Amino acid sequence: MEPLSLPALRRVAVCGGTHGNEMTGIYLVQEMQRKQRENGDNTWPAYVKTVLSNPKAVKECRRYIERDLNRCFTSAILSSSITETTPYEVQRAHELNAILGPKGSSEAFDLVCDLHNTTANMGVTVIAYTTKDYITMHIFKYLQAKISSVPVRLLMLDIPIPDAYSLESVGKHGFALEIGPQPNGVVRADVFNVMKEALLLALDWVQLFNSGSKMEGGQVEVFSFQKSVDYPRDPETRQITSAIHPQLQDKDFCLLQAGDPLFLSFSGETTTYQEREPLYPIFINECAYYEKGVAFQLVCKRTVNIPPVQIQKD
Amino acid sequence: MQSRLLSAPWTRPAVRAATPRAGRVAVFGGTHGNELSGVALVGMWVKDGAEIQRSGVATTPFIANPRAVERCARYVDTDLNRAFTAENLSALSGDELPYEVRRAQEINRLFGPKGTADAYDVIFDLHNTTSNMGCTLILESSSDHFVLQMVRHVQKACAPAGCSVLLNEHPLLKYSTSRSVAKHPIGLEVGPQPQGVLRSNIFESMRLILKHALDFIELFNCGVEFPACSVDVFRVLERVDYPRDANGNITAMVHPHLQDCDWEPLSSGDPMFQTFDGRTIEYQGPGPVYPAFINEAAYYEKQQAFVTTRRETLSACAVRKLQ
Repeated sequence: MEPLSLPALRRVAVCGGTHGNEMTGIYLVQEMQRKQRENGDNTWPAYVKTVLSNPKAVKECRRYIERDLNRCFTSAILSSSITETTPYEVQRAHELNAILGPKGSSEAFDLVCDLHNTTANMGVTVIAYTTKDYITMHIFKYLQAKISSVPVRLLMLDIPIPDAYSLESVGKHGFALEIGPQPNGVVRADVFNVMKEALLLALDWVQLFNSGSKMEGGQVEVFSFQKSVDYPRDPETRQITSAIHPQLQDKDFCLLQAGDPLFLSFSGETTTYQEREPLYPIFINECAYYEKGVAFQLVCKRTVNIPPVQIQKD
Repeated sequence: MQSRLLSAPWTRPAVRAATPRAGRVAVFGGTHGNELSGVALVGMWVKDGAEIQRSGVATTPFIANPRAVERCARYVDTDLNRAFTAENLSALSGDELPYEVRRAQEINRLFGPKGTADAYDVIFDLHNTTSNMGCTLILESSSDHFVLQMVRHVQKACAPAGCSVLLNEHPLLKYSTSRSVAKHPIGLEVGPQPQGVLRSNIFESMRLILKHALDFIELFNCGVEFPACSVDVFRVLERVDYPRDANGNITAMVHPHLQDCDWEPLSSGDPMFQTFDGRTIEYQGPGPVYPAFINEAAYYEKQQAFVTTRRETLSACAVRKLQ
């Protein structure tokens, strides 16, 4: 099959600390910056730009200061005016858009990779917006083939780019690398090692692509967001009254069928899955989603074909 | 010789008649606002405390740091669980004092005063850790026979599930906890659980340990005699920090072989840290030691990667309520 011709990926950004308490990306970006400064080690290619996305939140080891930075990259927010009352993270989003974008323009970085952690047992999850971003799809396929220590999966948000709200949507191509489980404020060596391996593999793929190799296509399994499910809550106080059921805890990407337990209330009652369609739960018991009213999300699985790709010849 | 239990002043044990029974007990949740098992349990018991009541004793559930709980943060200005120093408790009250110091003074008024005969008999303080410590009871004294007997009772009731006992009597590493206001302070530490997350199994484990502890108090108050016994504990030796650079930034992480290995022996030559570029740093020291609080999120800022402990067997005298 004739490969799809795509422009070279000359400008690549790696971002950490978009959430200031997701420690792997923060330490990995800082380590990359240290190595690039020292220059004695070519583990990290010089053309890769490293960014600490939310330095104020990183300093305080908090997810954000005023507003979740990773919800501030819609075209609407990026084109709004900045005033004295504009939240810090919206101002920072504008700054990052100027550095890595502007989103949707020809000056934008070719590839943005944003590093995240989750408290959920999600292994390595690559998060992207559209299956038409073949660069991201190919990188995912490469990671899944090469990484054997943990499961590697692809989560597709299926949102049009102008409405896409997270940092990686600023680049022409982009994806988030979400790795868990890891508590906020903690850096686990096993998670760090896997994230470093995944990032090096992604940069390897970029190098192979840029040097002219034909990257073979194939079938890719994709999980697509369907809906979110909240905790059972007290109708007056909105306090949660149940925890994720022990049989659901840590079972991200394990198919849920009717009758499977979902929640165990503090008084001992079990709530079960009532939908007719079996779906896959993810982000089960993610710390940051309590305030967003999400106990877990439900996704469905499908297979997508991606074409071979090759660098555009000038 | 049979020992008579009484409520001795917290500064030193003494055989002296005082409160005949453990009549006033409190259960603290949310001393750290993001350790959610205690927040959820105490929140539940504040609405309906039937589960924690026992005959002959009034048990008060209490949210220790409500502002931190509201923000789901460990603390607002300063760590409440380090704030109960003599200096803080006697400081002149005023708005310029950190929130947690003012709160400590209030808690001391409600449940203390610390060190006096009016103080609560027992305070259970509910905590979570990101470390893989399972169920742990934390003691502040090796000679509090009432508490040692309670620990023994809880361990037997939990069996075959384990319950470790951490003893922190270290003159420098011991700290002024919110529970130290009571005559008999006991920490319940259950992990691993991320901050800001409520795990059902962790919640139920903590609930069960507390139930056994309250059952002990009820039996004690009814006049049951608990015969002399021994209790295996882990005594805190020293704090081990992460390797850091000149700016104080950490340069290595807990090694994968040490991660999650709380209470397992660590000997000289065993992997301890892994640098960001993959090099192993080994533990060099007398051993074996038994590490705890390995990779606790809240301790990065306290310069602690883990604490080392040594195993010790404490003797508990026979204990019976004073008739």
